[in-house]
Amino acid sequence: MTRPVKPVHLAAHFPGVNNTTVWSDPRAGSHIEFGSFAHFARTAERAKFDFLFLAEGLRLREQHGKIYDLDVVGRPDTFTILAAIAAVTDHLGVAGTINSTFNEPYEVARQFASLDHLSGGRAAWNVVTSWDAFTGENFRRGGFLPQSQRYERARTFLHTTWQLFDSWHGGEIAADKASGEFLADPDAGRFRHHDAHFDIEGHFDVPRSPQGRPVIFQAGDSEEGREFAAADADAIFSRHSTLTAGQDFYADAKRRLAKYGRSADELLILPAATFVLADTDAQAAELAHDVRLQQVSGPTAIALLEQLWNRDLSGYDPDGPLPEIDPVLGENTTARGRASVRMHRDPMATAREWRARAAAKNLSIRELIIEVTGRQSFVGSPATIAATINDYVQADASDGYILVPHITPGGLDEFADKVVPLLQERGVFRVDYTGTTLREHLGLPPRREAHPAAARPAARARTTADGTRAAS
Amino acid sequence: MTGPESGRLHLAVALDGAGWHPAAWREPDARPAELLSASYWTDLVIEAERGGLDFVTFEDGLSLQSADPQRRDGRTDQVRGRLDAVLIAARVAPLTRHIGLVPTVVVTHTEPFHLSKAIATLDWVSSGRAGVRVRVSARPDEAAHFGRRELPAGPDARADLFAEAADYVEVLRRLWDSWEDDAEIRDVATGRFIDRDKLHYIDFSGRWFSVRGPSITPRSPQGQPVVAALAHATVPYRLVAGSADVGFVTPHDRAQARDIVAEIRRLQGSAGRTAQPVHVFGDLLVWLDRERGRAAERKARLDELAGAEYHSDALSFAGTPAELADLLQDWQQAGLTGFRLRPATIPHDLAQITRALVPELRHRSSFPEKYAVSTLRGLLGLVRPVSRYASAS
Repeated sequence: MTRPVKPVHLAAHFPGVNNTTVWSDPRAGSHIEFGSFAHFARTAERAKFDFLFLAEGLRLREQHGKIYDLDVVGRPDTFTILAAIAAVTDHLGVAGTINSTFNEPYEVARQFASLDHLSGGRAAWNVVTSWDAFTGENFRRGGFLPQSQRYERARTFLHTTWQLFDSWHGGEIAADKASGEFLADPDAGRFRHHDAHFDIEGHFDVPRSPQGRPVIFQAGDSEEGREFAAADADAIFSRHSTLTAGQDFYADAKRRLAKYGRSADELLILPAATFVLADTDAQAAELAHDVRLQQVSGPTAIALLEQLWNRDLSGYDPDGPLPEIDPVLGENTTARGRASVRMHRDPMATAREWRARAAAKNLSIRELIIEVTGRQSFVGSPATIAATINDYVQADASDGYILVPHITPGGLDEFADKVVPLLQERGVFRVDYTGTTLREHLGLPPRREAHPAAARPAARARTTADGTRAAS
Repeated sequence: MTGPESGRLHLAVALDGAGWHPAAWREPDARPAELLSASYWTDLVIEAERGGLDFVTFEDGLSLQSADPQRRDGRTDQVRGRLDAVLIAARVAPLTRHIGLVPTVVVTHTEPFHLSKAIATLDWVSSGRAGVRVRVSARPDEAAHFGRRELPAGPDARADLFAEAADYVEVLRRLWDSWEDDAEIRDVATGRFIDRDKLHYIDFSGRWFSVRGPSITPRSPQGQPVVAALAHATVPYRLVAGSADVGFVTPHDRAQARDIVAEIRRLQGSAGRTAQPVHVFGDLLVWLDRERGRAAERKARLDELAGAEYHSDALSFAGTPAELADLLQDWQQAGLTGFRLRPATIPHDLAQITRALVPELRHRSSFPEKYAVSTLRGLLGLVRPVSRYASAS
């Protein structure tokens, strides 16, 4: 028996503050003016994408104690820009990264519930955690959280917001002008949560939103991150965009679901993916190399090398050989505010590997960095890219991709015009939206209540002081 | 001069639910089932913009609305439940072009860093029409929603909350200035996207919090979005005088208006802000009908529906648009630079403001015929300040 063809899910990542984004290209527009966000969102909606995705960083990155100036710097507030994007789109999901360390559940819950109302059920939350005192310096709370507790707090934070979202069940607003009853339940929104992280109680003030709660994304790749996703997320924003790494991650993530009583269709795997598109595969390969040169300038190559070496290498020539000196071990003091630095778990071994690779192929620093960092996921003609994306999805390397163009805001236009129609012809990508909520776009099964409405029988039917029946 | 230019009168409208009267939602033209929808708020702001108003404010708090200012009232006969005001403003911004958007935000429980970038972003998405009305919260139930702090207690409790609000606004303003306007250079030759010497740590350290900076959001179109506060007594007047661009006050007659304005001007002097233009707007709850006596009838009818006469902090005015225009012009003579009108019912009283009061004021040459500038600061006659961190060179 052949298995059914899987639908491909596609989403658009607004180009971020890292060297994937090429600001030096003459076509590169503003990263902060609303016109760029509106253009990008409208392209994604024209292409019938599931959602637009925004990353977040709450402190500007630094290198050698100075603000890092080689990449795009500066971005909008996530909630605010997503609410504005909802005004210029009708179907596109609006997904934002919001930190669970430097926020409080009540406020985040009312922001997401509000965004879900104001977008007609299109909100999604990529839950991230931090612990660093560096970012904490911007907040009342400071950097108080031990690293070991960050997922525990994130999980608790998420569950607390769910309690808040679920404190309204829908139907409480009677708004009956004739009888004068506005609320059918005088106790609507009641909640109480007490644990080591949060001790809160009262009444939540945003009635139930179209999706009930936002779609939940998780992006962490650690063991703890994967368990967090398996237990609570609707989708994983992964970084494994190649076929084999994608398949391994996909199998691993879906295998973990059973432990939490969840089925494979309850968690989508959506890797971030870059692409370079041209008329022919050969032209695309050539263009891809040009883009890599734009992404890794000489100064950027040195800066990225310094992040592994954890020391000042400004005296080195990016077009010359790798340093003879070794990386400085221990705490990385060179680069701060960057998740990627934590991926260099064994700098000495990585440095050995890079040196060997440079020696074998006679690569300069810049050429090596171009090779070892961020090669594009999909390179080719529209037909090649459409076929590859579909093949990967059908081969369970993913359920689709979150595309990260390298040009703002027009980097998605050509993909929308040339690749999407080919996927639609294959019958694996929607020709038009069939639902209204993001949950529906993602094809997620109806959400199971973590805190069923039935848990509060007192609210089901009550008699008010004057003897009339207030709720049913 | 301590007030902005005199002559024209400034007008804002305060949006809240179905209107400010507790029974407003029961009026035949009210849309009480749509208060959580984007289209409801868009329609209201477009109506306000049609009237050429300077700005709208959006009420908000961190708890269910309540007739009791200190606690939940558990009532089911009034509008309960609402959306985050900053997000409503952002949702409406791309669909309007001229009118200022001023959401209300509680500063007692929120992070100044988050709010700073939220309002800067509202300024970006509205092309320079953002403001924020800051308010403090002394409510125990709101504190319990956050579970993070003990509210100040004792005789100085209120003063402490407002002093903290002043620190909060200082952090907002420093963060808004933390990027100079020309920080983004895109210098391909050196590979630098920004000139990092034009980004600044704000290094604020106070009794309640410290914030390092700089903002993650570049300096917005207005540079400094407009800061407003509602004030009823000397302690909050001090916040208006020392930190805000616009104060909302609640005199009940012309003499009170004169006294309040004088006190704020005096406090501006003590705060060293004499040269800084600070608007003082009178807040009024308004019932408007062209037919004489009709507004008072409506008020009586809704009071009866609500079961009690509605009293608010602001004077309740029921009359014709021409009578209200008389009152506004009279109080303007006492030094108020504008008014924030609270429509008793929506849409009726909102439309009376935009379609009857505004034409009346235009007829008297007290209100401009159309929008002449594109930013809220511009509408209020406030210049766009250079960043406090910009080097003199």
